[in-house]
Amino acid sequence: MPEGLSAWQLVVSGDPALYAIVRLSLMVSLLAVGLGALIGLPLGGLIALVRFPGRGALIVVINAMMGLPPVVVGLLVFLLLSRSGPLGSFGLLFTPTAMVIAQAVLIAPIIAALTRQIVEDLWLEYRDELQAMGVPPLQRLATLLYDARISLVTALLAGFGRAAAEVGAVMIVGGNIANHTRTMTTAIALETSKGDLPLAMGLGMVLIFIVLAVNASAWGLRVFAEKRIG
Amino acid sequence: MRELPLLFDSVGVSIGATPLLTDLSLTLNAGAPTLVIGPNGAGKSTLLRLAMGLIAPTRGRVTWGGHQDPAPRRRAMVFQRPVMLRRSALQNVTYALEQAGVAKETIETRASALLAQVGLQDIAHRPARRLSGGEQQRLALARALARDPELLILDEPTASLDPAATRAVEDIIAQAADSGIKILMASHDLGQVRRLAGEVIFLSHGRLREHSAAQMFFENPKTPLAQAFLRGDIVLET
Repeated sequence: MPEGLSAWQLVVSGDPALYAIVRLSLMVSLLAVGLGALIGLPLGGLIALVRFPGRGALIVVINAMMGLPPVVVGLLVFLLLSRSGPLGSFGLLFTPTAMVIAQAVLIAPIIAALTRQIVEDLWLEYRDELQAMGVPPLQRLATLLYDARISLVTALLAGFGRAAAEVGAVMIVGGNIANHTRTMTTAIALETSKGDLPLAMGLGMVLIFIVLAVNASAWGLRVFAEKRIG
Repeated sequence: MRELPLLFDSVGVSIGATPLLTDLSLTLNAGAPTLVIGPNGAGKSTLLRLAMGLIAPTRGRVTWGGHQDPAPRRRAMVFQRPVMLRRSALQNVTYALEQAGVAKETIETRASALLAQVGLQDIAHRPARRLSGGEQQRLALARALARDPELLILDEPTASLDPAATRAVEDIIAQAADSGIKILMASHDLGQVRRLAGEVIFLSHGRLREHSAAQMFFENPKTPLAQAFLRGDIVLET
């Protein structure tokens, strides 16, 4: 397996082209998780706590959106950001910002759906106590999100996993431009079709390692936190 | 706004067609603890949840100090299995103090004093959910007392505790009563009722059967149902 060997060499030698791609991918996915969390955590929490007409339908829609095909999201964000689109004047298409937006659209429903479930379960446990303490609605939400913080890390991880692994959305809105919007997944797709298997495999290894490392640290955090806060 | 007198005016609660409480009228004033007793399913918890304002009556009305606003101001409640916030013991108390609107500068001092009052000062920084059942119940009491309550409602707070933990909880309740807090507490332990009660409310089948001074109730129960209950019979309504 000469490809495997040279892929490994690329990884351990700290090949600058490879690591530039890794850095951009990580930045885009982490920012997308941040943006997705900013939307998904409060949205999921609100749906968990507030009863309103159409709530059931909304839950179904958000759950369904967890399975949105990335290329479709990419297309929608592309249409929004393209020159003639409603947000075209910002000139965001084919920039890392566009990729963050597209991935946040993919992730926010996952975080919202998982948050809704987690917060609703915790609310059942906390309801009487918080009512007896006279906690007003918005503070209930804050309290529940805070007290569910360990479980919510899992929701964020699920979002990160989705962002790090997808190709379609970043490919369409980023354009896979070298040194600018090329991520690990789009590079793997491109290099494979070009026949540069060592770079593709090297990136593949790094990607799997990163996903493992993120999950391992989240697990460690969970074990530590459970010991500390019970 | 005052919480007392607590007034139940022909109150009924039902879930669907099932009545939980029927036509219950009663007035609670400041004074010695009022203990609510009766067989399981008599409506004790429902009565307490109404008194706390956690549920609304299906019929009749509940008023606190003459007003009908169910928002708890100087009421507090301790549940049989209290929910511990996923934080330290101290943070559980500071949370309750914040919710009670206590000024920020005094929260720390008050929290330490409350933990000392329930004897948890040495484990203030332990995670609340890692405390023993008795310690959790004492922490729940500290949280309730953080509201500086005029009326403290307790739903069988010692039901799942061992004797030593029960003693510790009873001491805190007695102390609170001595300091002028009105206690309204459900119990299924007649020994506990004798130890704590100034007056007794006896419920069965969702109806108020007796409401009298504790001594009178134990020496001379008026209704056959209460007599049977005190004898230790299983009380079935005919």
